[in-house]
Formats: sequence, structure tokens, C-alpha cells
Amino acid sequence: MTLLKSREAILVGAILLLLALVASRFPGFVTPSNLVAVFTDTAPLIILALGQMVVILTRSIDLSVAANLALTGMVCALINVSFPGVPVPVLVALALGLGALMGAINGFLVWKLTIPPIVVTLGTMTIFRGVIFLLTNGSWVNSHQMSAAFKAFPRENILGLPVLGWIAVIVTLILGLVMSRTTLGRAFFAVGGNPHAAVYTGINVGRTQFLAFVISGMLAGLTGYLWVARYAVAYVDIAGGFELDVVAACVIGGVSIAGGIATVGGAVLGALFLGIIKNALPVIDVSPFWQLAISGAAIIIAVTFNSRAGRSKGRVILKSAEHAQ
Amino acid sequence: MGHAQTPAAPVLALDGITKTFPGVKALDGVTLELYAGQVTALIGENGAGKSTVVKTLTGIYQPDGGRILMDGEEVRFPTAQDASAAGVTAIHQETVLFDELSVAENIFLGHAPKGRFGLIDRKAMHKDAQAILDGIGAEIDAGVRLKDLGIASRHLVAIARALSVEARVVIMDEPTAALSRKEIEELYELVDALKAQGKAILFISHKFDEIFRIADRYTVFRDGQFIGAGEMADIAEAELVKMMVGRSVDQIFPKRAAEIGEDVLLVAGYSHPTEFEDIHFTLRRGEILGFYGLVGAGRSEFMQSLIGVTRPSKGAIRLNGKVRVIRSPADAIAAGIVYVPEDRGKQGAILDMPIFQNVTLPSLPRLSKNGFTRMAEEFALARQYTERLDLRAASLDTTVGSLSGGNQQKVVIAKWLATQPTVIILDEPTKGIDIGSKAAVHDFMSELASEGLSVIMVSSEIPEILGMSDRVIVMREGRMVAELEGEDLTPETLVRHAAGISSKGEAA
Repeated sequence: MTLLKSREAILVGAILLLLALVASRFPGFVTPSNLVAVFTDTAPLIILALGQMVVILTRSIDLSVAANLALTGMVCALINVSFPGVPVPVLVALALGLGALMGAINGFLVWKLTIPPIVVTLGTMTIFRGVIFLLTNGSWVNSHQMSAAFKAFPRENILGLPVLGWIAVIVTLILGLVMSRTTLGRAFFAVGGNPHAAVYTGINVGRTQFLAFVISGMLAGLTGYLWVARYAVAYVDIAGGFELDVVAACVIGGVSIAGGIATVGGAVLGALFLGIIKNALPVIDVSPFWQLAISGAAIIIAVTFNSRAGRSKGRVILKSAEHAQ
Repeated sequence: MGHAQTPAAPVLALDGITKTFPGVKALDGVTLELYAGQVTALIGENGAGKSTVVKTLTGIYQPDGGRILMDGEEVRFPTAQDASAAGVTAIHQETVLFDELSVAENIFLGHAPKGRFGLIDRKAMHKDAQAILDGIGAEIDAGVRLKDLGIASRHLVAIARALSVEARVVIMDEPTAALSRKEIEELYELVDALKAQGKAILFISHKFDEIFRIADRYTVFRDGQFIGAGEMADIAEAELVKMMVGRSVDQIFPKRAAEIGEDVLLVAGYSHPTEFEDIHFTLRRGEILGFYGLVGAGRSEFMQSLIGVTRPSKGAIRLNGKVRVIRSPADAIAAGIVYVPEDRGKQGAILDMPIFQNVTLPSLPRLSKNGFTRMAEEFALARQYTERLDLRAASLDTTVGSLSGGNQQKVVIAKWLATQPTVIILDEPTKGIDIGSKAAVHDFMSELASEGLSVIMVSSEIPEILGMSDRVIVMREGRMVAELEGEDLTPETLVRHAAGISSKGEAA
């Protein structure tokens, strides 16, 4: 526990250092209003990283989140175009449901057919994008086709923070509660930590992984609507490649790719770290090519940190080393 | 047949070899002699030191004392390569081969014939491999991938690999454990062929029919000590069994006379399509019921089915008079039947989780409300059972991975007791732990029984079975072959039933 806590402390330190560096070149970056904007901009990444965290925790991976996001977003946009009267809460519920359904497909294939998660989600990732193409023949849904209410919802400002940002906060709180206070959360840790042992304690490993995919899918669906409404455009390739940012955020946040170790705080901080890099580098005039390299370097540094912290100390045989520990 | 007379000097000999592990003396000054053209059977119970001998002979372990002699000269095997270079090769219980490589590559991995530029000469390798395979009468094409072969053929490949290094000493560690009848016969023929080539063979087996069929000489170990050796022709089964199990008196079992009460668990006609058939017994309150058998007799498989990990094809159970259907481990826990698996490292604790969460994991359905856990009650339960087991940890919040092995075991046992079971199944409860901890585990089992718990103990160790059980069920090849109690419960009867020895040759 102390190890994980300190890992989060390191991340907080890294984020503060990053902000300080950027502020020294461009003080405007750290004004409250800009920080709120950066947080809101990172909100989709935070929401998806939390879903991905649950999946990775159970020794799986969900590469289909960005495709799920794009398909759900497109479906919401098409409904809005055809039936502008459908109220936003109904659309949100629909996005959650459709996303969960796609997550359930992933989970079902992993659970019942025991296909490796990376293969399943690589397949469904392509299928989901293909379905968008079938629905639209590749055409876009543009801003002027969408209703005002549809576009306004994520931008609505409450107490200085847009709804999109608030949703990230609420999802974080809910996931925090689920992971620390429910039997389901405990099952995620148990299945990832030692699936063989989990079986004997009465946990259904496959079902637990299934539920992890449902959560991930549900959050991807929710983000789908928010994304399309915020950017006021929907097409086949939105959020292309975003699943890798999501996995990267988890890894930076200390989620063990081998399963069994993760914290909600870590995943959120990992997403924020990436989000700040993406927002800060253009401000201080770093070319987009360097941005990619810097993001990549951050991932490798984070993984190095994690593996060093997780490495066992070995046996203490020397008397003199006993107290050094 | 003409090879049966004992040649003058052994090819390989162990002289006074000692090997100590923390807390255990695995080998205590043992002697072993292997002769050219002869099969020497190494006989002993689990824990007698057979595997340690194999590892010493193949350079995996270094002895703490004693000498290894080859042709009378003292040798050392600091690494496995050294043993192999000296012509000692082992065919393991689970053969270490590579599925995706060809048979020829498997045979010559690590010592393939090289051509120009140091590249592997595939043609020569293929030809040599085929020659070796043909030489042992194996009808296997050296070019096929290993994964396309059956178990028996894989064994032949392993043997061919052993022969490819010009072996003089071949060690076969329970080679027939996974083979069918017909395959076993083929293996026997192969062993005869190796004998005829003048190889010295060390044959380790638990099966007496096999030993009498194939061995020329025997060596018996017990508890890491050399007990005796001689020619198979000069000894009867009953005598061998006696040498193998004859008990040292220094092992004390604290079995308390628990009051045995009413029937608790009734199992009828439990069957599985491939693993076991018609298992039936009654378990009473306060009783310790032993399950004895050779490794692979189907005991663990039956237990896993009993607690719902696998599903039986037939059979029913009645617990405290009520018929119960158990479809999953969760059902079993709810019904009050818990299983402490054999491999407590792999199947036991979740190392990255705190102690208290490990302890309460199977009890969570009882401790939680509407899917929410209740911390205070979790801590109380965890504290109660860890204190009972005298677990020493800085805090129940620390991860299990930071505890010592012994304390991890305690967490696993605390976890199961915390479910407040009626029946507890312990699979090899003392496997791989030192003598002191063994006594503590045995003491604890007695305590559980005297508190009215019904205990099923799966064990392959005869002293443990004899010392702890009120009654013993012996399984062989997936079936119950005997239910022993009182005077019938002796080392000889156990071994006889487990190994499938006919009752002829009864001595004393």
C-alpha cells in the first residue's frame, strides 16, 4: 500500500514539475482557467483510462475502446439528426447501454470462448469501425445537422467546470467506491492477482473479466456521446488510435500490465500527466513530432519506475543488511 | 539375459552423499551404485530423497558431503552441462521438450552438428536424429513437429535426446506415470534395448509390478537414508515394501482421540468421464479421513469435483442430511465444504493483496451487504483468525507477498477457517515444509477435529496417513480400491492396495 501511495506521490511530483517547467516558459499555462480547460480536455482520457484500468487489472486488455467510442458517438449523432426531439438524458442512457453491449460482446468472447483478450478486442475494434462505415457509407455528421441541446450538454458550465469535466470527476468517484468498497472491486483484484487462487475462493474468473469489459465498454460509450457532442462532428475515424493513449495512461499510472495491481488515483494521474504533456508542448512550441517522442519516453520511464519498485529485494542473508532494509 | 551377472565395478557410484536444505536433511550419507547393462530401481516413498539424488547426479544440486565416482574416479558436476558431458542424462517425469520445434531439433538442441560458418548442419542433424530414432525402434519421422506427436512418442524423443549425447548413464524418473498400458510395454522393450547397449540405467518408480518386470537390482531409500540394496532375484515384494515403509520411531503424531459423532457428509457414486469413478464414502463429525494413493491416482481430481471446480458426470452428496448440488466453489463454500489446495503458492494466496483481504475473500458473500464490503467486520474476522493461527505481521494491511513462506501458509489456512466450514479438505497439507512446521500442522488438524470439524486429508506420505487418519480410503487409477481402519491399517496394506500388488507373497 505504501508503495502504491508513494508511486502516486511520484506522479503528483512529476506533474507539478512539468507544470513548473511549462510555467517558466509560458506563465499563462498555469492560470486556473487554463488548468480547468486542460482538465476538461483530458476528461475523455480519464474516463476511458478508468475503464481500461479495470480490464487490465483482471489480466486482460481492451483495444476496442476507441472504436466503441466512435460507433456509439456516431449512433448518438445519427439519432439526433433523425429525431432531434430525443432528450439528452435518454441519449446518455443509450450511449451507456450501447457501449456496455459492445463491452459485453468482448467479455463474452473472452469468458465463454476463452479467446485471448488482445485478439478479441483487436477483432471487435475493426468490426466496430466497420459498422460505422456501414451505417454512414463513410459520410460525416456535421455540426449544423446536430441540435443545439445535443452540442451544448458537455460544455454546460457548472461552478466553473464544464459538464464533461464533472463527469470525469463523478466517474472517478464511482470507480473509487467500486474498487475499494464492493465485492466486485475485490474480485477484480483477486482475479488479476492470482486467478488460480481466486477460483477456489468462489470467484468466477470468467464472469469477473466479463464485467470488467462491460464497465470499460459502458464508459467508452458514454465518452462516445460526449466526444461527438463536444467536437460537434462524427465520422468513421474519430479518436483513431486513442486506445493506445488510454493504455499508456494506465501504464504511466502504475497499473501493472501483468494484472493484479492498480489504483484509481494512479490511472487518473497517469491520464492527467499525458493530457498535460499534450496540451503543454504546443504552447511552448515543441513540434508535434517531438510530442510523440516525449509521450513515448514518458511511458518507458514510467514502466521502468514500476518494474524497479515491484522488484523483490531478494533474501537478506547478511546480518549487516538486516537493518538497512 | 546374459547381461544379468554383476560386472566388477560400477559405472557410476554415490558414496556417502549428504545434501541439506534449510530445516531438512534431504540426503544423509547415501550410497548408490549403477552398473553397465543393468537396470537399478530406486525405491522409496515421497520424501525419501529420490528427486534429490537425480538432481545431484545431473549437476543441478551440489552435494554438501560425499563423493561421486565414475569408473572409480572422483568427479564433480558443477553444472548440468558437466553431467551431460560426462555421459549422465536424465529423462524427467515431465519431459522438457519444445512443441514448436521438429523432432530432430529437439534431439540435438544445444549440441547440433555444425557445418561451415558455425551454422547448424540441418541435413546431418536430420540424418543423425533419424538414425538414433530407428536405433531405438521408434517409428517417428525426425522432420515432424513435436506437437504433432502423442505422449508416448514424446517420451521416445526424450530418450533419443538422451542417447544423442552418448549417454553412459540413463536416469528415468517415473517414466510410465503418464503412459497407457501399450505404451508402457513399448517402453519396457526400449529399456531392454538400452541395457543390451551396455547403458547403466537408474529407474525410479512407485509401481512394484514395473520394478519386478524391469529391474536387475534395487536400492531402497527412506527419509533421506540408504536402507539397503541388492539383486531383484533375491528379494520378495513384501520385504521390499517393509524396507520402504519401515518406520523410524522419532516421528510423533499428535492425533488426539476426538469424539467421532454423527454422519456429516455422504458421497455416493461420484464419477467423472475421464478422471475417477464411483467414489462413495461417509464422513463423520470430528473424524479425519485419509485419502492415500500414488501421485496421479485421481484423489485431487475427485476433491476438485467435490467442491465444484469441475463437474461430476454422476453422483450425489448429502450434507448434514440434506441433498446438496454443488456447481461451483462458491456453492461449496456456502454449503460449508472448503478445499485447501496442494499448491499453496500458486493456488493459495493473492500476494499483491493485503492480509485481511486475503483472509476474508471466500467469506465476502457473508460479510457484505448489497455488494458492499464492510471494513470493520472484515478486519474483525481477519484479526480473529490470524491471531488464532499466531500469525506475526506488522499490520493486517500489509500485502501477503511481504510475509515469509510459513506465514503465507497461515494466511491461506486462516482464510479457509474463517468461512466456518463443516468439512475441510486438506490436499497434501505438509508437502514441502520442514519437520517443525509439519508437527504444528498436524497438531492443528487434531485440534480442528476435536472441535467437531470433519477433515479429509489427501496425503502421499504414509507416516502422515497412518498417524493422523481415523480411517483411510485408498485410490488407484481413479477408483477406490480399499477402505482401511483399525488393524487393517498398516504400511504394507496401504502400499499393497495403492500399487496394485496382488496378495500373493504375503510375508509375516
